[in-house]
Amino acid sequence: MRRETLERPCPGALPSQGRALSPEPPFDAPDAYLVLEDGTSFQGRSFGARRPSCGEVVFNTGMVGYPESFTDPSYRGQILALTYPLIGNYGVPAEFAAELSTFYESGRIHLEGLVVSEYSQYHHHWTAARGLSDLLVEAEVPGIEGIDTRALTKHLRSRGPMAGVITDKPSASVVLPPRHLVSEVSVSEVKSYGDGPKTVALVDCGCKNTIIRSLLSRKTRVLRVPWDFDASALDADGFLFSNGPGDPLDCKATIDNAKKALATGKPVFGICLGNQILALADGGRTYKLKFGHRGQNQPCRLEGTQRCFITSQNHGYAVDTERLPDGWEPWFTNLNDGTNEGLRHRSKPYMSVQFHPEAMPGPVDTGHLFDEFTALL
Amino acid sequence: MTLPKKVLVLGSGALKIGEAGEFDYSGSQAIKALKEEGVATVLVNPNIATNQTSEGFADRVYFLPVTPAYVGQVIERERPDGILLSFGGQTALNCGVALSRSGVLERAGIRVLGTPVSAIEDTEDRDRFVSRLREIGVLTPRSRAASSVEEARAAAAEIGYPVMIRIAYALGGLGSGLCTDESELTARAGAALAHAEQVLVEEFLLGWKEVEYEVVRDRVDNCITVCNMENLDPLGIHTGESIVVAPSQTLTNEEYHRLRAIAIRVVRHLGIVGECNVQYALDPRTGDYRVIEVNARLSRSSALASKATGYPLASVAAKLALDKTLLDIDNAVTRATKACFEPALDYLVVKIPRWDLKKFPKVTKTIDSGMKSVGEVMAVGRTFEEALQKGLRMLDIGADGLAGGADISFEDVAEEIRRPTDERIFAVYQGLRDGMTIPAVAELSHIDPWFLAKIANIALVEKSLAQGSREPSEQLLRRAKRLGFSDRQVAGACGATPAAVAALRSRLGIRPFVKQIDTLAAEYPAKTNYLYLTYAGSEDDVQPEPRPPVLVLGSGAYRIGSSVEFDWCCVNTVKTLRRLGLGVVLVNCNPETVSTDFDECDRLYFEELTLETVLEICERERPLGAILSVGGQSANNLALALAKAGVRILGTTAESIDMAEDRHKFSQLLDRLGVAQPPWSELSTIEEAALFARRVGYPVLVRPSYVLSGAAMAVAMDDSELRRFLEKAARVSPEHPVVLSKFILGAKEVELDGVARQGEILASVLTEHVENAGVHSGDATMVVPPQRTYLETVRQVQGIAGRVAKALAIHGPFNIQFLAKDNEVSVIECNLRASRSFPFVSKVCGTNLIELAAKVMLDWPVPPPKQDPFHVDYVGVKAPQFSFTRLKGADPTLSVEMASTGEVACLGDDFEEAFLKALTAVGFRFPLKKVLLSTGPQESKADFLPSARALAELGVELLGTPGTAAYLKAQGLDVKAVDWPLSGGDNTADRHISAGGVDLVVNIPKDYRTEELTNGYRIRRAAADFGVPLVTNIQQAKRIVESVFRKRAKEPVIKAWQEYVRT
Repeated sequence: MRRETLERPCPGALPSQGRALSPEPPFDAPDAYLVLEDGTSFQGRSFGARRPSCGEVVFNTGMVGYPESFTDPSYRGQILALTYPLIGNYGVPAEFAAELSTFYESGRIHLEGLVVSEYSQYHHHWTAARGLSDLLVEAEVPGIEGIDTRALTKHLRSRGPMAGVITDKPSASVVLPPRHLVSEVSVSEVKSYGDGPKTVALVDCGCKNTIIRSLLSRKTRVLRVPWDFDASALDADGFLFSNGPGDPLDCKATIDNAKKALATGKPVFGICLGNQILALADGGRTYKLKFGHRGQNQPCRLEGTQRCFITSQNHGYAVDTERLPDGWEPWFTNLNDGTNEGLRHRSKPYMSVQFHPEAMPGPVDTGHLFDEFTALL
Repeated sequence: MTLPKKVLVLGSGALKIGEAGEFDYSGSQAIKALKEEGVATVLVNPNIATNQTSEGFADRVYFLPVTPAYVGQVIERERPDGILLSFGGQTALNCGVALSRSGVLERAGIRVLGTPVSAIEDTEDRDRFVSRLREIGVLTPRSRAASSVEEARAAAAEIGYPVMIRIAYALGGLGSGLCTDESELTARAGAALAHAEQVLVEEFLLGWKEVEYEVVRDRVDNCITVCNMENLDPLGIHTGESIVVAPSQTLTNEEYHRLRAIAIRVVRHLGIVGECNVQYALDPRTGDYRVIEVNARLSRSSALASKATGYPLASVAAKLALDKTLLDIDNAVTRATKACFEPALDYLVVKIPRWDLKKFPKVTKTIDSGMKSVGEVMAVGRTFEEALQKGLRMLDIGADGLAGGADISFEDVAEEIRRPTDERIFAVYQGLRDGMTIPAVAELSHIDPWFLAKIANIALVEKSLAQGSREPSEQLLRRAKRLGFSDRQVAGACGATPAAVAALRSRLGIRPFVKQIDTLAAEYPAKTNYLYLTYAGSEDDVQPEPRPPVLVLGSGAYRIGSSVEFDWCCVNTVKTLRRLGLGVVLVNCNPETVSTDFDECDRLYFEELTLETVLEICERERPLGAILSVGGQSANNLALALAKAGVRILGTTAESIDMAEDRHKFSQLLDRLGVAQPPWSELSTIEEAALFARRVGYPVLVRPSYVLSGAAMAVAMDDSELRRFLEKAARVSPEHPVVLSKFILGAKEVELDGVARQGEILASVLTEHVENAGVHSGDATMVVPPQRTYLETVRQVQGIAGRVAKALAIHGPFNIQFLAKDNEVSVIECNLRASRSFPFVSKVCGTNLIELAAKVMLDWPVPPPKQDPFHVDYVGVKAPQFSFTRLKGADPTLSVEMASTGEVACLGDDFEEAFLKALTAVGFRFPLKKVLLSTGPQESKADFLPSARALAELGVELLGTPGTAAYLKAQGLDVKAVDWPLSGGDNTADRHISAGGVDLVVNIPKDYRTEELTNGYRIRRAAADFGVPLVTNIQQAKRIVESVFRKRAKEPVIKAWQEYVRT
């Protein structure tokens, strides 16, 4: 992607922590804009890195968990608007970029930009190592604050997801360069974690750290393989197709390899993008949702029961349950809009969910699904 | 399981500190929910001012005490097959648990719906609670139970000081407190053990955060958390005394979801079905936690969570109690999704308690783990600063927010920050503004630095405004408005007028935007009508309706003198207008109300009741007019300014309202009408005041316009008292004059509540006070219809009312208060609005005066009311509820200042029956077995003599303070003499009170002085501290004994409201 630097210099350093009475900057005029592809423009103030950027603009309704969200590879290439208005309150923890960090979901910030109503210059928390803005500067991710994120969310909700740019000019043309997002976030070679008696081959389409840690804590060895790697060739006891960014149809190699994995008859688990990959691998269909699910409050009903789980979600595509592949049935269904939230095979040990049982951020109510999967190995 | 056919719902009784309007909200929603499911409802609640006891809610209403004895009798009559215990606060819960333990429920075949009693007991009994949580590895504070002071001392020594003392089954943290050493522990444990058999001594978690989760679980084990909340104040300050923010602001994802998961585990393990609140302590240094409390019922916090999120917790909990699941219930806000989800907020709310400690001389101002606040407000905003400053204005305590609070300043700011009082937030602001660093303030207050940084932002803007010109720059003004500055605050800081700031805003196009509260942060389209205003936005969510609505202003924060009765008035106004086919926009900011249930009106603005905000709402909604006369005095106060700004006032004109409110104008009007009034004068020096007082004769009622400390009103018996009060407690000058009026002794007080149409009275109800004039009308025992008022007095009252109504062209509700002595009637006060007693007289007489008033104000034709209030064949008696037990140090006596926090009213076939029921409902215990008498001056001793004889005849054991005992003995009565408290020893009056066994203390103070720390004060305080019913008024004392005597051996009649009042 083309990255240009701004002509004008960055403003002076932001006020640091601990000053007696100036935690917030002076009352600046607007100096940054979010311009959408339909021409709608929002004005605000810049924080984080100062560079123009473009991406698909999406929103998330979670009220906590920005360090986890920003490092979730599923957000690759996106400009994320947070509907909760106060962001940055508790700063960001240490261990950024550490392998399998417990505080972050990967070693990078995947956002193209961050849009908030109010960025809190002052942060305080015992785990905080620095302010969010400092991290964004290091990661070269621009932020814009002072935006009516509710108005933006309603706009995206009614017009559908669209591209946008963060810039210092009130208007701009918005063109998204083509990208293969999954290949940008996947590992480039096979990595091994842990030494448990059972081995899971984890196909990394943009895997979150907590998925790996959830497997490791259940006494498995994890072989993390690139998105286009044929894991069926490995001596694994089961396969997990991870979450990841973008349209599942862009992952043709993964879909083909998933077919092979299913053919082994070994246990298979899919999460988020993995749910869609498995459906496509066995002949199902996916489609783009009008309103993507991005929040920590999505109710998912366990099919055939009165039980419902509150889940963390982040996806723009869904599996079409009208045309499920033979042998598969819906496992979970979204209580709000009736879309598919998980599949399972009637006779074979294949299961997958559209939501995030690993949470991070979000509710941990479905963590037991990792128990169910590892019990099958 | 099958649906129950008839369900008994227990209410919470009178509003009191720790148990207030939130239970009208929860009970009303529960009853509505049961009706929706086709289940018949029977309600027991003596609080006549509530909405839940109105027509259209429960099928049968019993205005009876919520005690096992009375409720047992209702059960026998009504034969319900289900009971709800968790919607009427601790009162209902305790009553229900007692009925269950005694086997009454089982024998009557009544199923406890929702959370089972065993689970309730798990949460209420501290030992069981701790061991149940330990079963699943959930941490609670280290604690030991103790049933004696010695055991408590041993436990504290083991745990290590400081420790907390708590008692089981207590509402609002009663009797709990922090003990830093053994002497404090001995005192607190002694007081607490007077109320309970057991106290808990617990580790004190200094500086830990307090966090709460509201959890809902259904019978198939679906479990969600609807809201989490974070207290701004650290642990150790009761959550009812704390500023509370929702959602939490300083918790990370890990902390938020770890505590959420624990809450769900706890609720599942305990087997809650319905709603439950889990309170945590969270260590800000390590993230360690303790579960400090679980409330297995609807609570103040759940009411707040409901209003904060739009999720109708009480309604959902009621449906879950009927065995529905969360998947069966619709999301009432979106009407498109289900109740099984967790609201996502795209705003935050700040709850701030409202205290009225100034009304109580001598009360301790520090706030701690016991509750003292009497109400609360909730402010919605998209910045913390905005919500906080809005909230402070909503309190209606004279503060415009944090900035510009010139009237509140502190000499020792650091000490004020360290030792929390009701004004600490202002001290924090002053400290930060005047140069204290955030870490320094955090160290003193244990408030999270993040909150302090936000408060510092406000100070920064105030300074910038003050340093700049009279006309702030556009950026600065935008910033100030975004941080919640009102136009008045901006004007105050930059030396301009509010009007100039408003004009500048209008020129620059700076205005607030209307946002919806939709439970899901705009993710899906929602039909919600639940709204607020914010400057942190750029788009309105809603447009005005094509048909202009009626604007109705609510009551704001509950406070002494204005509480649930005005919510009843608002709700009934709105219902009436909607029945007439009109659209209604309601503005209110009190989360413990029914009027702020978004399904009550067409559009609800959870907003300030200030001129600036109401005008902004008018600009957006373009109402055809505004009704200000049903929300109490605060709404009424806006009349003149709104009318000047061009808003049409529905009802009596603003000019007439001003004429009734302005003492000079009203006095002139009465003179013109030839109506008597107690002589009064407005004076600007102490010398003039003394001259006037001597001229009209003492005693005089003194009302300074500028109060320095203590009560705003006082009665002076002589020159020295007058001087002392005016010199010490007030400022007297031409700018701050004092009003003196002749205080008439021995006069009866009567009130007329009514509705007039263009100056003609359509309906009115006369109420008589049991106590002589001099007791605030809000603290008086009121009787309808009058029992002891001369016909001539009635005739005069009606004549005067007619003339006043005509002269003021009253068009809507009104209330006039009269003094009557020897058939001479004078007017004390006239309110051109609904009064505190409107629900009482409406419900007793079966004529809804508010419905009538609402129709009149909209010029709707009204038929004359059916029932003549004088010809009912029963009596209604309203009795005040005091909360002196919680107000440590306050003198529990009746005076010209109102002190009660709530009221009840009961019906009976005669006065005595209704009176005794009402007294029982506010905590009096009958039959009387042992009574302590201290009947004051000689004349009242003589006055009480027949009553003392009657008590003796009933076989009541009498104790008397030295003078009283000597007097009664001389009259041949058998009285045990006890010593004065100050004389010490084992036989003092207060020792007898604390030892238990005394059912009633009668202590008649010598006069209306409230400044003395006397023996009398010690006796009254002992009664309050040890929960013994106390009477300080001679008329009331006599009527109690008279009633007890007449009703001996007679059982009270158990009859539903619908059986008394046949309309």
